[in-house]
Amino acid sequence: MTSVSTPSGTASHKAPQADHAAQTKSLLQRIADLRAWLFLAALIAVFEIWARASFGGTFILNSFNVQSIAIFAVAPLLLATGQTFVIISGGIDLSLGFIMGLAAVVSAHTINALTPTLGLEFGVLGGFLVGVLVAGVPGIINGLLVSRLKVPPFIGTLGMFGVARGVAFLLAGGTTVPVSNSFFAAIGNGRFYGIPYIVIIAAIFVVIMHYLLSQTRFGQHNYAIGANVQAARRAGIDIKSHLLKLYILSAACAGLGGVLYSARFNAGAAQAGEPLLLDCVAAVVIGGASLFGGSGTIFGTVAGALVIAVIQYGLVFVNVEPFWQFISVGVVIIISVLIDQAQRRFSGGRQDE
Amino acid sequence: MNNSVQPLLEVSNLSKHFGAIRALDDFSMRINPGEVVALAGDNGAGKTTLIKTISGVFRPTAGEIKLKGQPVDFQTPQEARDKGIETIYQDLALADNLTIGANIFLGREPMKKAFGFLPVLDRKKMADAARDTMALLDFHVSRLEAPVSNFSGGQRQAVAIGRAVYWDAQILIMDEPTAALGVPEQRKVIQLIHQLKAQGRGIIFISHNLQDIFAVSDRIIVLRRGVTAGERKISETTHDEVVKLMVGG
Repeated sequence: MTSVSTPSGTASHKAPQADHAAQTKSLLQRIADLRAWLFLAALIAVFEIWARASFGGTFILNSFNVQSIAIFAVAPLLLATGQTFVIISGGIDLSLGFIMGLAAVVSAHTINALTPTLGLEFGVLGGFLVGVLVAGVPGIINGLLVSRLKVPPFIGTLGMFGVARGVAFLLAGGTTVPVSNSFFAAIGNGRFYGIPYIVIIAAIFVVIMHYLLSQTRFGQHNYAIGANVQAARRAGIDIKSHLLKLYILSAACAGLGGVLYSARFNAGAAQAGEPLLLDCVAAVVIGGASLFGGSGTIFGTVAGALVIAVIQYGLVFVNVEPFWQFISVGVVIIISVLIDQAQRRFSGGRQDE
Repeated sequence: MNNSVQPLLEVSNLSKHFGAIRALDDFSMRINPGEVVALAGDNGAGKTTLIKTISGVFRPTAGEIKLKGQPVDFQTPQEARDKGIETIYQDLALADNLTIGANIFLGREPMKKAFGFLPVLDRKKMADAARDTMALLDFHVSRLEAPVSNFSGGQRQAVAIGRAVYWDAQILIMDEPTAALGVPEQRKVIQLIHQLKAQGRGIIFISHNLQDIFAVSDRIIVLRRGVTAGERKISETTHDEVVKLMVGG
């Protein structure tokens, strides 16, 4: 019975069976574990019916819509991927949105500066590297604040939110930075057999992050730290170095999101990630992670990010006033947390929080 | 005391001072293989200082610790653990969201290669080790994929002990192992301690519960204000005498 688990689930997320659990309960839990994907399916069905009823069109069978939703989901998904790691460890990273903006501006400047000497391709490569590396700097500071100086993650990263925002606007001169590099524009808007390049890049990156979380010691220690820091420390895990790596990783995810944003719009903007700040936390929570730490998966976060993207795009598509997006996403977040609480009660396990 | 066998652990004239405070002063004890030594004493008597000094959390101000005859000087708890001294805390140092196997291997997870090149966690090895170790402690668990939060307090304590056993700890320091448990579970832990004893391990057992102490220990050392107030064989003492030693009557 103990065959090696498939990459789709970490040991901690095999549907847990309490001592007294009947089969029905474990089925319920299995459904609860997949709730984000069920949400997604239900949402798509609603918009499909809505579109057919109101103007006889199709929502999801239209490849343009699917591509748009996928492109729309790239940036929030990349931020949410980093955020998933941080939230599982019991922390939160509020600075990701503006780290993304910072990376967008820096990569735009870098590509403009490098293209004349290095050419189109190497200019873009330099822009990617410098953008992600510069994004790592606020990550290092976040990590040092949280791990060495014991600053609560909420406050430390809130401070970095302001710093990254200011630096990004200063570097951008208060405006957007247009990029003149046709190769960069091609990455941002080109397609491979109909699939946008940036979606492919994001998908590959997310698969790597899934591997990191579910199959490596780093990921395993991340779950342990989120559940019981004391236990992790006593087991010999170096908490300080883990937290430092963790915040650098989440900042690098935001950095990649920023560079892809610049590619898509052919310009870097400091406010690129502003609306995504809370969307990425929402995606993680909708995806089944607990803000108390110790649980969550990349698989769930992907669904969470898609749920938000489908709501936002779908409401525009069926021509509802955009303000309904806020309401819908808010309601979905609350429902997700309620389901999470109910699931904990079902599982019968003790919950110390 | 039986002086003919090599003691597992020998502590001689150990002192630990914090500034002017003598938390532990000139303390000596020995533990033979298969022996359970109880430490008793009021709060602040120096029990915690003693176990933290033995397990490498504190460095002694003076004195010597010998492990199987070899002097040791631990810089970190990890060094003590590597040498086979494992501490089991009353508040169950487990990650509740992980499986028994993952808890046993926490911090030293086994890896294997998937597709011949990609390093991944060896969950099968962890699950197998969990099953074997728990069976060794006479806990037969089938749900190796379940997080430990799904198990009862006694089973969780068994997991903590199982981790020490798997890593072949020779000395187990158990700090109030029954404090957080119900009565039936306390009995189970007492049974476990008997089993560890039968396997030839040495156990330092700290408890406020004299009944538990008398149920499992061979000897009892009573501490008072950092010094040994008395050492007795369990077979030759009574509850009353131990209480008198503790309060200094």
